[in-house]
Amino acid sequence: MEGYDNLWKEPMMETGLPVLQRTPLYDAHRRLGARFAPFAGWEMPVEYTGILDEHRAVRERAGLFDVSHMGQIEVNGEGSPDFVQWLITNDAARLEVGDALYSPICRPDGGILDDLLVFRAGPRRYRFIVNAANRRKDLSWFGRVADAFPGVMVRDLSQQFGAVALQGPRAAAILGRFPGMDVGDLRGFTLREGVTLGGVRCIVARTGYTGEDGFELFAPVEGLERLWEAILRVGEGEGLRPAGLGARDMLRLEAALPLYGQDLTEDLNPFEVRLARFVSLDKGEFIGRDALVRASREGVRRSLIGLVARDRGVPRHGYEVLMKGVVVGRVTSGGHSPVLGTGIALALVEGEGVPAGTEMAIAVRGRPMAAEVVKLPFYRRKRGD
Amino acid sequence: MKFRGGAGKEMAMYPEELRYTDEHEWIRLESDRGVVGLTDYAQREMGDIVYVEMPEVGRKLKAGEPFGVVESVKSVSDMFAPMTGTVAEVNGKLEDAPELINQDPYGKGWIIVVDVSEPEEVAGLLTAAQYRALVE
Repeated sequence: MEGYDNLWKEPMMETGLPVLQRTPLYDAHRRLGARFAPFAGWEMPVEYTGILDEHRAVRERAGLFDVSHMGQIEVNGEGSPDFVQWLITNDAARLEVGDALYSPICRPDGGILDDLLVFRAGPRRYRFIVNAANRRKDLSWFGRVADAFPGVMVRDLSQQFGAVALQGPRAAAILGRFPGMDVGDLRGFTLREGVTLGGVRCIVARTGYTGEDGFELFAPVEGLERLWEAILRVGEGEGLRPAGLGARDMLRLEAALPLYGQDLTEDLNPFEVRLARFVSLDKGEFIGRDALVRASREGVRRSLIGLVARDRGVPRHGYEVLMKGVVVGRVTSGGHSPVLGTGIALALVEGEGVPAGTEMAIAVRGRPMAAEVVKLPFYRRKRGD
Repeated sequence: MKFRGGAGKEMAMYPEELRYTDEHEWIRLESDRGVVGLTDYAQREMGDIVYVEMPEVGRKLKAGEPFGVVESVKSVSDMFAPMTGTVAEVNGKLEDAPELINQDPYGKGWIIVVDVSEPEEVAGLLTAAQYRALVE
């Protein structure tokens, strides 16, 4: 199929070294003693007090993440609902104003371009939250698709808005300490606009990427630092900690949430990576539908499975996976799970799936490390708390 | 051990009586026995340590040769022998509590004890001041 331009270019200094972007919270992170690392062209906090410490805070109390690096794209105008329905694989007809959906977006051949959240902010107004690494690609793609929808405008909001994620069992209690902020009726995957927190006007969505209850808050860049400080202050009594990308990756992996670029790529279709329930073949036409109908009939030739290490060692991206001594795939995402106390991995292997309980091995530095296939997710939070 | 550099933000510790390698190991020599571990700077860079692969007692090591692996939540690194000798003891506590290296890198987080066979090699190791100058 025809290629499309990836307009992503790192801005270069005269020395030829790429310049990393910084979110509006960079100074705040420095004051907190964060360690930084490059991620998708951004200089992001990896940890503050320690990855395990921050991971535990999120699982037991709450953590606050800077997610301003993610792309925010607005689509509005006459025809927007049709545009969104055409663009995403999930069924956008289910989106009432105030609702959010998770969906992959696919190429005509069914390959995954990105996975994203789409919020319906108004009858003809949608806000997309996309992976930082795909922001330019997605903007370019949305723009091209919108050519067929006169009246639909695509706007990049990423320079004007930042975002923070408040995640953990105490997240709702922390937000509830702000005057007038009752989140009891803000259900999962819904959002509320025009909320003022700590004097900053923001959008509050009950979404997240950690497997815990939580909220993602979107605010103009000018107000972001104030919002961040206000939440940290109010949350201190609940044991709230700032948390970085190191903890974030560990949390989402335990919840078996995929990471684009590792678990999801353009050569994979949603059925191969456990995203079938976000593909609505019955909703009508959308980009990739024909290919995905074919794929759903033919079955998958490879699939994403979950592995738990039964031996010492940490499975990592790229490590080979073996069954009875034969290489059958590779780890796409791996790490040490503090909740399980052992290594865990998502792996892409041949075939339509491997039964839970099957013994396999992961090649760790040349040696096979025993692992067992498990049903996903690795961790599921207790509901009703 | 090797990892991407970047100076630690706070003051790391550099005990004067130890000798250091540029791979971030330390050795405390008591006549011909040397206790070996990873420096405070190293444990900060690595983050939370979750596994330590240690050699067997009796294994012969050459200075500069890798003797084990330390794995943290974000990276994995070889550890290199500061001096030539034979492994006399291995810190078994690190099996269940690898975080001892983070908590007490110069004390309870010791990794191996080596019977040193070429004591003159110490001249090639860094003093605390030299190691500090290297990493800061």
